[in-house]
Amino acid sequence: MTRQKVNRVILFALAVLISCIFIFPIVWIILSSFKEGNEIFAWPPTFFPTHFSLANYAGAFERGNFLVYFKNSGIVTILSTALAAVINFMAGYGFAKYDFKGRNVIFLIFISTIMLPLEVLMIPIFQTVKLFGLYNTLAGVIIPPAATPTGIFLVRQFFLSVPDELMEASRIDGASELQIMGRVMVPIARPIISVLVIFNFMWRWNDYMWPLIVIRSPQLYTVQLALKTFAGEYSVDWNGLLAMSVITMIPMLVIFLIFQKQFIQGIATSGLKE
Amino acid sequence: MRVQKEKNTSKSKRRGAKSLQQKIFPYILIAPNAMIFLCFIIIPAFFGIYYSMTDWQGIGEPVFVGLGNYTKAFGDTKFWQAFVRTVKYAVITLPVVMVASLLLANLMIQSIPGKGVFRAIIYWPAMISFIVTGVAFKFIFGDSTGIINYLLKMMGGSSVEWLMDKDHALAVVIMATVWSCAGYYMIMFMSGLQSIPISYYEAAKIDGASAFQRFMRITLPLIRPTTFLVLILGFLGLFKAYGMVISLTGGGPASATKFVVQYVYEKAFQEYSMGYACTLSILLLVILAFFTILQFKVSKGGEIND
Repeated sequence: MTRQKVNRVILFALAVLISCIFIFPIVWIILSSFKEGNEIFAWPPTFFPTHFSLANYAGAFERGNFLVYFKNSGIVTILSTALAAVINFMAGYGFAKYDFKGRNVIFLIFISTIMLPLEVLMIPIFQTVKLFGLYNTLAGVIIPPAATPTGIFLVRQFFLSVPDELMEASRIDGASELQIMGRVMVPIARPIISVLVIFNFMWRWNDYMWPLIVIRSPQLYTVQLALKTFAGEYSVDWNGLLAMSVITMIPMLVIFLIFQKQFIQGIATSGLKE
Repeated sequence: MRVQKEKNTSKSKRRGAKSLQQKIFPYILIAPNAMIFLCFIIIPAFFGIYYSMTDWQGIGEPVFVGLGNYTKAFGDTKFWQAFVRTVKYAVITLPVVMVASLLLANLMIQSIPGKGVFRAIIYWPAMISFIVTGVAFKFIFGDSTGIINYLLKMMGGSSVEWLMDKDHALAVVIMATVWSCAGYYMIMFMSGLQSIPISYYEAAKIDGASAFQRFMRITLPLIRPTTFLVLILGFLGLFKAYGMVISLTGGGPASATKFVVQYVYEKAFQEYSMGYACTLSILLLVILAFFTILQFKVSKGGEIND
C-alpha cells in the first residue's frame, strides 16, 4: 500500500510540474499585460506587476481600433456558427435518414472536400469569392466556411444510431417531414448540436486564413488579422499587443470552461479537427 | 474519425411507396451545403487547375502556357527548399508531439487528485489561436523581452538569440507547435486508452509483467488505430502550418522557418504570380490528398456502403 501511495504522490507531482509548464506562457502574457510601460522589459523581470495597471488595455482600445475588430470577430463568429449549425445539421440528417438517388455519391463528394484545404486552394478561392461579390465583406468570412465536412459527418454518425421507426410513427400521425425534423429529431440531437456549435465557434473565432484571404480594409479586420498585423510591425508595441492577445483569448477560455465536456466528447468520438 | 458500428436499417425493405415530400425533402436538406461546396471548393479547384496552366498575374486576361508552369515548378529550388523545410519540420515535430501526447494521456488517465484541472490546463493551449500562440512565444523567447533567457541565466546558462538564429528559431517554432497541439492529441489518446479493457492489464499483472512490458505489449498494439489517426491528422496539420509561424517568426530569420503555404501565399499575393502559385498549390494538393486518403482508409471515414 505504501508503495502505491508513493507512486501516487510522484504522479501528482509530475502532473503539477507539467501543468505549470503548459500554463506558464498564458500566465506570463496575462501578468505582463498588466505591467506599466517599460516594466515588461525590466531586467531582472518582475513576476507580478509592481503597479497593477489597465493602461495597456485602454491603449489597445484607443489606438488600435480594437473595439471594431472585436465587433467584427463577434459578428463573424456568431453568424457563421449559427449558419454552420443549421446547414450541417440538415445535411448530416438528410444523409443518415433518407434514401435518395445519388446519396452515396453526393456524400462521398462532400466528404472528399476535406482533401481541398483552404491553405492550398487560397488563390482560386480568393478568385471565386471576388466573383460572387463577397470580397472584402464580412459575408465572405461568414458563409463559405460554414459548410464543414466534419460537421456533416458528425451529425450523420449520430443519426445512424437513431431508429427509423421514430419517423415512421410521426408520419402515420400525419406530421410533415419538416415537422419530424423540427419537433422530433432536433430535440434528440441536442448533444451533437452543442458539439457542432462549440467547435464552430472556436474555429471561426480563432480563424486566420479566411479573413486573410477575404478581408482587405482594416475596418473589417477580425481580431486575429489585427493581431497578426500588429505582431508583424517593425517595432512591435508589446504593451498593446499583449493586452489585445489576452482579450482575444478570453471568449475561448470562457466557452471552454462552460463546455469542457462537449470538447472532450467531440475530439474523443471523431478526432474533430477543421 | 472513428465510426461506430452502424445500425442503419433504412435500406432493409421499406414498405410502401415514398411520398413526394419524402423524395424531395432530402435534396432540400443537402442543398445549402451543396451550394457552398460547389461555389467555394469545387469550382475553385477546377479554376485552380486552369490557372495553373496560365501566366495569370491577378489582373488582365490569363495567357495559356500549357504545362510551362509545372516545368518551372520542378526547377524552382526555393520552392523545393521550402518544401524540404516543411517536411523536416513535420518529421521532427510529429514524433515529439505524439510521444508527448501519449505520455500525457497515460498520466492523465491515472487516478490523480484534481486530474480534471490538469487535463483542462494541458488542453487550454489547443483552444488558443495560432496567432496568439505565435505572439506569446515571440514574447517569452524574445532576446530582450524574453523570460526564457532570464531563466536560462538564472540557472547558470547563457542567453540565446532564439529568433535570430536559424536553428534556434526552428526549435522555438517546434516548441510552440508541441505546446499548442499536445493537449488535443492527448484527448484522442485518452479515449483510445480508456477503451482498453482493464482486465487485460490485470491478467498481465498476475502473470508478472512489468509496467513497461504492459505498455509495450498491451497498450501500444491496442491503441494502434488512434496512433495512426494522430499520425495522419498531425502530419496534415503540420504541413499546412502558416498562421503561427507568421506571427512568431514571420518565416525568418533568412527564410529558415518559411514553409510551403507561406511560400505559395507570397508568390500569389506579394509577387502576383497567381498562375504559377496555382501550379504550386496543385502540386501540394496532390501530396495532401494522398495523406488524406490514407487517413480515411485508416479511420474508415468513407464507410458508406454498409
